[in-house]
This record gives sequence, C-alpha cells and structure tokens, in this order.
Amino acid sequence: MIMEILTAAAIGIGALFVLMGVIGLFRFPDFFTRIHAAGVTDTAGAGLFILGLALHSGLTVATLKLLFILFFSFFTSPTGTYAVANSAVRFGLQPWIRPGKGGADG
Amino acid sequence: MNEYTVIGAAAALLVTMGLALLRAILGPTVHDRILAANVFGTKTVLFLALLAFATDRLDLLDLAIAYSLLNFVGTLALLSFFPRGYNRAESPGHESDQSSS
Repeated sequence: MIMEILTAAAIGIGALFVLMGVIGLFRFPDFFTRIHAAGVTDTAGAGLFILGLALHSGLTVATLKLLFILFFSFFTSPTGTYAVANSAVRFGLQPWIRPGKGGADG
Repeated sequence: MNEYTVIGAAAALLVTMGLALLRAILGPTVHDRILAANVFGTKTVLFLALLAFATDRLDLLDLAIAYSLLNFVGTLALLSFFPRGYNRAESPGHESDQSSS
C-alpha cells in the first residue's frame, strides 16, 4: 500500500516537473534560457519518473534497465545540452538582455 | 499500477510532447528547434517506460534504452550541419589582429 502511494507520488511529481519544464520552454524569452527549462525536464522530471517506475517494479531486471536509462541520461543530457549551446555561441546567437539592464552597471 | 497514475502521467507526457513539437514549429532560431527535438526524444523515452509498465510488456524497456542512445546521437548529428572550427578572433572580448578558422 505504501509502495503504491510512493510510486504514484513519484510518478505524479515527475510528470508535473516535465510539464512545468515544457511550459518554461514557452515562457522564457531566449534560446539560452530555454536550455534551463529543458534541463529541468530532463533531470528532475525524468529522474523522479524513472525512480517511481523503479519503485513499482521492485528488485528485478526491469529496475536495472530503468536505472541504466537514468545513468545514461545523466551523462548524455548535459553533453547534448552543452553541444547545442556551444554550437549556438559559435553560430553567433546573442543572449537576451532585459531592456534597461545589462552592461557594466546593470 | 494504479490506472489513474498511468492515465495522468500519460496525459502529462503527451501534452508535453505536443508542446515540444509546437516549440519545434514556432522556434525562431534553428537551435530552438534542435533543443525541442531533443526534449521530444527524452519524453519519448519516458513514455516508452510508462507503456512498458502499463501494458505489462517489459520488452519496451529495451526500446527505451535504444531510443535514448539514438536520441543523443541524433541531436549531435544535427549539430554537425553548423560550421565547426572556433574562430577565436571573433569571440566576445578577444581583440583580433589576425583571424584563424
């Protein structure tokens, strides 16, 4: 019973984080800030989601596969994010600065 | 697994994937679209894992592992269409007396 509650809570909160992250993809004004939203989706959302599924399945091979997905995304998600951001900087994208701030004084 | 959990999580993930596609269509720059495609791929992996436990076919977890690898490689492959080679002379805060590419 308690495992069911924990599983439902973990999966539910993970799905909520995923939804909040993708709403952030629309609310943020700039590409470089949207990377933060996508990162929330991938770490908090995917982490809680997969941990909830692993709690549900107990000590089986399926848990090992789920934890491998998490472990793999732990390495590939920052690498992919860094590669996209680096490509954007080389491409010449300028970060968005709030009008009125920015510069040496802001 | 509780059916409300499955339905709720699946609905949230599907809405997320739809919104990511919308960002891929709308995104003003190309890198926005690449980022949205990456987000779509990671949500596909989560959706596959959820389906594996909802329909009691644990073989879909192998698909999720394979697709997470494919998503990563695909995102890096999209970035190969941009010019490589860091032109340090044009980087911010670096004065240029000679340019190198």
